Amino acid sequence: MRIGVLAMQGAFREHIQSLEALGVQGVEIRHANQLEGIAGLIIPGGESTTIGKLMVEFNLLEPVRHLAEGGLPVFGTCAGMVLLAREITGSDQPRLGLMNARVQRNAFGRQVDSFEVDLEIPALGAEPFHAVFIRAPYIEEIEPPAEALATFKDKIVMARQGNILATAFHPELTEDLRVHRYFLEMIK
Amino acid sequence: MAAAEVGTWTVKKGLAEMLKGGVIMDVTTPEQAKIAEEAGACAVMALERVPADIRAAGGVARMADPTVILRIMDAVTIPVMAKARIGHFVEAQILEALGVDYIDESEVLTPADEDFHINKHEFKVPFVCGARNLGEALRRIGEGAAMIRTKGEPGTGNVVEAVRHMRRVMSEIRRVQNLPDEELMTFAKEIQAPYELVKQVKELGRLPVVNFAAGGIATPADAALMMQLGADGIFVGSGIFKSSDPRKRARAIVAATTHFREPEVLAEVSRDLGEAMPGLEIATIKPEERMQERGW
Repeated sequence: MRIGVLAMQGAFREHIQSLEALGVQGVEIRHANQLEGIAGLIIPGGESTTIGKLMVEFNLLEPVRHLAEGGLPVFGTCAGMVLLAREITGSDQPRLGLMNARVQRNAFGRQVDSFEVDLEIPALGAEPFHAVFIRAPYIEEIEPPAEALATFKDKIVMARQGNILATAFHPELTEDLRVHRYFLEMIK
Repeated sequence: MAAAEVGTWTVKKGLAEMLKGGVIMDVTTPEQAKIAEEAGACAVMALERVPADIRAAGGVARMADPTVILRIMDAVTIPVMAKARIGHFVEAQILEALGVDYIDESEVLTPADEDFHINKHEFKVPFVCGARNLGEALRRIGEGAAMIRTKGEPGTGNVVEAVRHMRRVMSEIRRVQNLPDEELMTFAKEIQAPYELVKQVKELGRLPVVNFAAGGIATPADAALMMQLGADGIFVGSGIFKSSDPRKRARAIVAATTHFREPEVLAEVSRDLGEAMPGLEIATIKPEERMQERGW
């Protein structure tokens, strides 16, 4: 099984390492023709404006949206969550718009407010997940069939809508592989 | 629920991880910052003057006026960096109080201390520092830098020094990887680097933090060259807003940094960019005026 990792900009290397640690091959995606044959797609953290613009310029936005609407599992972290949301507060930047959610960018503040915390994520089991938030977004509003999987201070920081998964934090920056494993189980 | 921790090494280093594969552009006005953001910059560096103008003006170059920095922070949603003088920890305290996302303790400004760099561990805001070789990079990381960039020779539009510095760091990393453990301490002594960090470089096969290229990058080809030499991303200082068509050049450099291994894409984005910034031959700059000699 091969999982695509969108490699326009951002922390794609770390996602590939997390996948490798789970015995799965991760391939860098920079052009639409590289999407062929992948079983799932990860959109990494980075700058959502940069990634979105490059997806438009290199004709990736429509092909990815098409595949996701056809059922391809897609997992976005941080900037990836922003790109997956239908609405982005105060912004008309390019996006995939695959999740019934309104996202606020840099919602916890600037870099000096970036933080790490132990997060309760019932879908991953009883043990808290050590989550790293970097200039992170959160979901302000969510509509079914999208559902919240985790909150921090009453803000939604992880959500799923069928084949679409999004986290505001960066599981690729820690050794705990449970979020990636959860995503792989969505593929099976 | 456990308390959230801010200013940790993981979040400092983590922001640099998120900037990888991207281009950080020097800007001096909110309008330029917007152009950079629209072109796909992953961050901007807020300055009063770009390095080429600092070089031309001479005199003492200091931290930018906070008003300039705050206006740029208001204009864009991407991270905003700003420069403090080497060793000037009060300029750094001010930049942290303003809420900038990264501080560049930079040789582009006139050093405030000829012996000591800032103790960057004391800050919540992360720092990036310049380096010409592995020893210098590891000394800065030892002081708390969460990101490294080559020094190159800023404001010249001449990539030769950035190439020299990136090649040097990469070749020293390869050398460390091939050293038996008993030789590491002596190597650390020779390059004047902390032993623990030398050990980490051997284990990782790279620097323990993100390593960007900076100092003289003026074209999409320059950016792709630095990426192929092993840079994690690109700083462009004077190269964009000293060129004849900043919008187009900025977009082209962003595309070249993503597709750095694809000559067909590089050929396409390099077309019709107008005039690049005027370049400077390094030999024409007196050794005492070379910014890369600042810091140790």
